[in-house]
Amino acid sequence: MTNVIKPENMSCPLPISNYDTVQLSHGSGGKMMNDLISKLFLWAFDNPLLNKKDDQAIIEMNGQKMAFSTDSFVVDPLFFPGGDIGELAVNGTVNDVSMSGARPLFLSAGFIIEEGFSMKELQRVVESMRDAARQAGVMIVTGDTKVVNKGKGDKLFINTAGIGIIEHDFSIGSSNLQADDVLIINGTIADHGMAIMSQREGLAFEAPIKSDTAALNGLIEKIIKSGGQDVHAMRDATRGGVAAILNEFAEDSAITIRLKEGLIPINDPVKGACEIMGLDPLYVANEGKMVVSVARKSAEKVFEVMKADPLGKESAIIGDVVLDKPGMVTMQTRIGAWRIVDMLVGEQLPRIC
Amino acid sequence: MKYLDEYRNPDIVKKMFEEIHAITTKPWVIMEICGGQTHSIMKNGIDQLLPDKIELVHGPGCPVCVTPLEQIDKALDIASRPDVIFTSFGDMLRVPGSSKDLFMVKSEGADVRIVYSTLDAVKIARENPDKKVVFFAVGFETTAPNNAMAVWQAHREGLTNFSILVSHVLVPPAMEALLSSPQNRVQGYLAAGHVCTIMGWEEYIPIAAKYKVPITVTGFEPMDIVEGILLTVHQLEKGTHKVENQYARLVKKEGNLPARDLINKIFQVSDRKWRGIGEIPLSGFSLRPEFENHDADKVFDLGEIKVDEPPECISGIILQGLKKPHECPAFGKKCTPQNPLGATMVSSEGACAAYYAYHRFEKTKSEE
Repeated sequence: MTNVIKPENMSCPLPISNYDTVQLSHGSGGKMMNDLISKLFLWAFDNPLLNKKDDQAIIEMNGQKMAFSTDSFVVDPLFFPGGDIGELAVNGTVNDVSMSGARPLFLSAGFIIEEGFSMKELQRVVESMRDAARQAGVMIVTGDTKVVNKGKGDKLFINTAGIGIIEHDFSIGSSNLQADDVLIINGTIADHGMAIMSQREGLAFEAPIKSDTAALNGLIEKIIKSGGQDVHAMRDATRGGVAAILNEFAEDSAITIRLKEGLIPINDPVKGACEIMGLDPLYVANEGKMVVSVARKSAEKVFEVMKADPLGKESAIIGDVVLDKPGMVTMQTRIGAWRIVDMLVGEQLPRIC
Repeated sequence: MKYLDEYRNPDIVKKMFEEIHAITTKPWVIMEICGGQTHSIMKNGIDQLLPDKIELVHGPGCPVCVTPLEQIDKALDIASRPDVIFTSFGDMLRVPGSSKDLFMVKSEGADVRIVYSTLDAVKIARENPDKKVVFFAVGFETTAPNNAMAVWQAHREGLTNFSILVSHVLVPPAMEALLSSPQNRVQGYLAAGHVCTIMGWEEYIPIAAKYKVPITVTGFEPMDIVEGILLTVHQLEKGTHKVENQYARLVKKEGNLPARDLINKIFQVSDRKWRGIGEIPLSGFSLRPEFENHDADKVFDLGEIKVDEPPECISGIILQGLKKPHECPAFGKKCTPQNPLGATMVSSEGACAAYYAYHRFEKTKSEE
């Protein structure tokens, strides 16, 4: 093994970052995480499937196209209004596989458990994984169990991976948005992130905020059926929120996204919580929301199909795609001016005043 | 959403813009004091819809931005100590000191925690009697009552393990410092609504009279800011210089008296250094001597911490409204939110960060 290249010895034109150690912000879904991914992971694992930077890899075996994805769940608290870590672990990977238009079939589940964790709570999590898998129509077919010393992990971490088959010939992905696409979201934003935050910080609001965790594969099947090849991209707006995925769309497809303020649906209690904390809901995580980019001629049809689904009742058309400023997400403000919707550097930080 | 949507109503705002356009005959330079106002102006694009004759310059009212570098180095020094739990509001964590920020110290093992109220830090002190719990008391008059209350509670309960690292600054002395500078361009002020919620607006009357500038106490929603500008332009065009209160739904002339009493009980007015501006006499708060066992500056042996600003950073000139962020050669190139040279690029309320986030390509407008 004389040819092993060590990242610390490489002479790369760009430094990995200015950090000697990994920061929390490297996992926040913002620019720092993107930097880490492109400068370390893509650099090291370099291959055409990974380099597409979609939430899933599309692999072809014996003429069958498949989508393959993985996700790890480290949420604190483990149980929160609207769901728990188990449900998230199933829905999250089901969604990542489905965003390519694949039909998810099989999941793996890896558990990293801290010594001393309550058996009863573990059972509760596993039962909720079972129920979520049943509801999404997937089977958990393989798994792994590790227990770490007390203090070496935070109660419970779960990793899931998923495989699905692709039964269409369309290219759907973040590099496939086209001019005159219309962007549709399947409902209100920021519910999950604010549900977690209000639990974590012990904030009580008049109406409790519930996570939106949901498996979107059923809805996606209907979208593909109705929009066909006019469905150009879909992505679930998890960490980094809607702003992060729209920036990824704009960058990967070299297009401009134009949003209109006020068209993006948000529940009142969530909006209020964001106002109190000084957070912009566009950057807050969702676990059951996605943005679909679809050619204008099919937009109305897809929109109606989405509205008719229980997971898309509050769907809204939030903007469109033009070409004049490639890589940028812009928003027309309520008062008629324009601004950029940027990707955050790290996680959003509550302000002083 | 009640109490919010009314103040974002585009029709009302549009009418106010029309009125501003109608009454403006001469060029005017107006400074919004507060970083929250700068942020709102950029986020909503208010500056784009004003007459060309009206120039908004962005004031020093971002607490993160004016906290001196050595104060941040002190925070890093204290936070790195093994017997300390260091608490802070979130946006101080990414502000770089001379070599690190609080996030980096945290990743090295320091116990740094984000809190949403200073009283949460007192609670942590109560629950961790074997640790020294320090809160980074940064801010203007707005956050002073909260911090005063924390010290008062800790004092009353005898929580000797609780202290605050004070970096409190006051708005009126900074306004005067700017107005008395020979380079001053500011002709009218939008005063910071939240600060006045606590302090009232009486102390602005002598400033308006002495320097002959209209001062309008202004809120933070689009309607507030546009109305604040409208009232200020009205006065500028008429040649008057009164203090007016646009934010009357929250601000009383005398402010919040119980809050002011509490501040006076705990803090005394003292000289303060402002990042980028320098020392301004009687421009901040420090703890009164009887509370010095809650004063992190006294509790910890910090030695002499003296540091210089990066020479490329012109945040001082920007905080005085003499230059705009995009006129800095480092803006968006050497200095970005990812690698900030100065605090104005770090805080979401900093003028440079607001320009970068919302308008770094001067024209973002697409073809209709």
